Amino acid sequence: MLTTQILYALAGCVLLALGVRGALLHASVLLRIVAINIMGAGVFLLLIAVAYRGPGLAADPVPHALVLTGIVVAVSATALALALARRLQVERDDG
Amino acid sequence: MNWDAWLPVLVVASSLLPGLVIFFLREGNHRMRTLLNLAGAVLKLVLVSSMIWGVFHEHVYESRWTLAPGLELVLHADTLSVLFVTLSTVLWLVTTIYAIGYLENAPHRSRFFGFFSLCVSATVGLALAGNLFTFVIFYELLTLATYPLVAHRGTSEAVRGARIYLAYTLGGGMLLLIGTVWLYVLAGPTAFVEGGILGTLPADYHPQLKMIFLLLIVGLGVKAALVPLHGWLPQAMVAPAPVSALLHAVAVVKAGAFGIVRVVYDVYGVNFADQLGLLTGLGIAAAITIVYGSVMALFQDNLKKRLAYSTVSQVSYIALGTAILGPIGTIGGVVHLVHQGIMKITLFFTAGNYAETLGIHKVSEMNGVGRRMPATTLAFSIAALGMIGVPPVAGFVSKWYLGLGAMEAGMAVWVMPVLIASSVLNAAYFLPVLYRAWFREPGTAWPAEHIPAARFETNAALLWPPVVTAMLALATGLFAAAPYSPLEWATLIAHREYGL
Amino acid sequence: MADTPIWLVALPLAGALAALLLPRLATAAAIVTGLLTTVAAGVLLFGVATQGALHYEIGGWTAGLGIMLRADGLSTLLLLMTALVVLAASIYASTYFRKTYERARFWPLWLLLWTSLNALLLSGDLFNIYVTLELLGLSAVALASLGGKRAAVEAALRYLLVGLLGSMLFLAGVGLIYAGYGTLDLTVLARVLEPGPVAWPALALMSSGLLLKTALFPLHFWLPPAHASAPAPVSAVLSALVVKAAFYLVLRLWLDVFANVITPASANLLGLLGAGAVLWGSWQALRAERLKLLAAYSTVAQLGYLFLFFPLLLALPAGPDRDLAAGGLAMLALTHGFAKAGLFLAIGIIQQRCGHDTIRELDGTAQHLPATTFAIALAGVALVGLPPSGAFLGKWQLLAGAVDTGQWWWLVVTVAGSLLAAAYIFRVLGHAFGHRPYPNQPVTVAREEWPALLLSAMAALVLGLAGAPVWGLLEIST
Repeated sequence: MLTTQILYALAGCVLLALGVRGALLHASVLLRIVAINIMGAGVFLLLIAVAYRGPGLAADPVPHALVLTGIVVAVSATALALALARRLQVERDDG
Repeated sequence: MNWDAWLPVLVVASSLLPGLVIFFLREGNHRMRTLLNLAGAVLKLVLVSSMIWGVFHEHVYESRWTLAPGLELVLHADTLSVLFVTLSTVLWLVTTIYAIGYLENAPHRSRFFGFFSLCVSATVGLALAGNLFTFVIFYELLTLATYPLVAHRGTSEAVRGARIYLAYTLGGGMLLLIGTVWLYVLAGPTAFVEGGILGTLPADYHPQLKMIFLLLIVGLGVKAALVPLHGWLPQAMVAPAPVSALLHAVAVVKAGAFGIVRVVYDVYGVNFADQLGLLTGLGIAAAITIVYGSVMALFQDNLKKRLAYSTVSQVSYIALGTAILGPIGTIGGVVHLVHQGIMKITLFFTAGNYAETLGIHKVSEMNGVGRRMPATTLAFSIAALGMIGVPPVAGFVSKWYLGLGAMEAGMAVWVMPVLIASSVLNAAYFLPVLYRAWFREPGTAWPAEHIPAARFETNAALLWPPVVTAMLALATGLFAAAPYSPLEWATLIAHREYGL
Repeated sequence: MADTPIWLVALPLAGALAALLLPRLATAAAIVTGLLTTVAAGVLLFGVATQGALHYEIGGWTAGLGIMLRADGLSTLLLLMTALVVLAASIYASTYFRKTYERARFWPLWLLLWTSLNALLLSGDLFNIYVTLELLGLSAVALASLGGKRAAVEAALRYLLVGLLGSMLFLAGVGLIYAGYGTLDLTVLARVLEPGPVAWPALALMSSGLLLKTALFPLHFWLPPAHASAPAPVSAVLSALVVKAAFYLVLRLWLDVFANVITPASANLLGLLGAGAVLWGSWQALRAERLKLLAAYSTVAQLGYLFLFFPLLLALPAGPDRDLAAGGLAMLALTHGFAKAGLFLAIGIIQQRCGHDTIRELDGTAQHLPATTFAIALAGVALVGLPPSGAFLGKWQLLAGAVDTGQWWWLVVTVAGSLLAAAYIFRVLGHAFGHRPYPNQPVTVAREEWPALLLSAMAALVLGLAGAPVWGLLEIST
């Protein structure tokens, strides 16, 4: 029986797998950063699926807290990665 | 803690602490360094004297310090350790004086004397080790402390020699460690007990115990320079003369031989080792080494190398004595620990004197050197004759007891030929040197005369140490039966080991 | 006493803020923070030693949504090691960075790194661990990129991406655990976890994330460039502490939380990878041309030893022998932390004083920088595992465990790795003792050299000779 919850979880798993594949196989830094973000989206989706407790019931707050924190971390990490990548790019252009 | 517990610690600390302070002294602070060195050496001698008296009267000196659950650092004075400690202490004092003269104005003296003291501390610690675990710790420390001494000159040859030395000794140390750990898992903390502790283990452990024995002996045999594990010894000759003297007479080679004695007598127990059939193998290895070292020594023109191969041969007398079952053989082996030390240090001191004074490094350059340096050459001659086994020098006593012990144990068939062959070979590589030195005409000039003839033939600090040790070699032979002589003490050891 | 844990997090965090807001006083603020935090770590150690494990609920919120800090023997020892290493490296760093803008960038990140390390070691639930792991990774990457050269930035970027990949895998595992068991608390999980379709994939995900972060062979590829191109004090902390933090989590998960789930095959796999790390890392260290690269590969190898303990711990029945093996593991990890930090600081001194760290051109260093050479030698003794270092006692337990369980192959790996380690350390020392016709004048600069010397001495002497209390704190006795 394909409930919404399982659909979410499966989609999360697919995204996770796609992200891992991209992060490992792509040579371009930018693509790898994007891939890791896709991975993150997959994990968050999985956590959202976990939080679901049934129709009419309030969702479990703990996974939600996890996702929120995770998003904050992912955003800052992406920013740092982009900054470093840009610095490399600038140096490459200069050299 | 009372005095009995502090004494072993103090004996080790009396060289360790001065050594550590010396590291921090400025290079030019010659007087302070000398003072610290000599004060430490004299203090150690005083402490050891009181220990000799105590151990003779069956006093127990023991200190324990827990490193980890079940692993204790134990310093314990028994008759065997006191013998080795005394040897190290006396020869350290002499060698320190020699080294001060030898290294006058040389660079990096603080570093040298620092490591020199650490080396002696490690040797003394190893002598006092009360269990195999402690022994292993000091055994490895000895390796570490001698490495900078061998590499001291910093030439590519010295660094290479040091590297080879390290490769051998660390490899040997690993085998010793494996054997020790294995034994620990089988039998718990292996304290050194006269008569051994493994005899009570069930018979199905025996195959494992044989393997362990092999590991331990091979690990120790590297330092004791048992053939074919001796390769490092001729390479380590690049070290300064006082280091070679200490390495060959007291510290490294002796540590290996002492370890073999410990393992056979105080871990396995000589009767149990014989029961397992382990002594024959050890005896054969020792016999091969004795003959091989002597043969190799014949072909060396470099004086220090000839002495190095002579060490390979002579140190194995100790292992041979250990392999001969029965108290008389034991006495011969154990007393040679001391006798070989005194004689070999004399030989290395005098070799250093020839090199420092006249630039002589080779036997072929020694023609007529007895006229230019009579006292040095006399000391050399006494020690060389002792090595050959000419009475009344100390070496004769060792060989006499080894031969007697072999007859008593019924091993004369192969031990006697080895002893005779070795003595003939000893004569063959030492007598020509003596002949050259005393009876050949000197050439027109010495290779490089660094120290002109003055009141003494060389610096006083270089001259007196070999003269004193040569006298000691003579005295230990002449007064072998006196109380507290090495022979008497070795007899005491044998009595306690065999429970007589 | 009971609220000491929070101080270990709050103090360095406050220091980081102070250093950020007052760049001129950053160094002073950092040193003061360092001293206070070290004192706090000491107090915590005393507390745990006298009263046993401590718990602290932040803001009074109970477990679930609240954050719970925990300290037991192992984590307290690691906290104290962290404090001592960071303090020593801080003192060294106060002379290492000469330009004001360098300091202004360095100190806030440095103290933030310390905050996250402490928080990670004190965390008692999986989500908190995830957050601290990310904070640690971000601050470590930023610090690693401070070298400014292209190689440093490239290595830092790779380090960051690998770290993110690891964190995401870890988080996915955390999600699975929550889905299956509805809790993230480590103590609760240790009670309820059962082998099955939830625990296995969760463990696999979390472990692969952590193994990536702890650079276990063959996932170590990112470590050598990152550790070798960072500024010296940063390299010291990355190699000594940051990878160790990830390892600590592996240890916690495998030995405490997932103890029921682990199979001998999986422990053997870790051991096998560890053996690969020991041999490959040591071999690469032996072939390295630069000192820093040597030290970095040596870290790969040394982490390998820690993983060799897993198959032994699983094979030994619960009891004194197993406790001793676990104690040996802790001792080895602690010794490596001090030794590697000392080594990297000493290398930093050589790099700054000689202008390079090429091993072949080090001849005469023993004359030029005697104290630094001695620090390298002491650290080397600990890395090889010779007595009287703490690593000797650790390796003793490793060998004893291998003999005891009849798993001889780990013994062979340990011995081979130790001999290779001796080879690469003494290759350096051989050059250092080498002769140079016109050596530079001997230099000793106390403030630069003492931190390295003390850290190395801690590893090579103190932990080995006076380390008995460590075993007591881990509640091991026979």
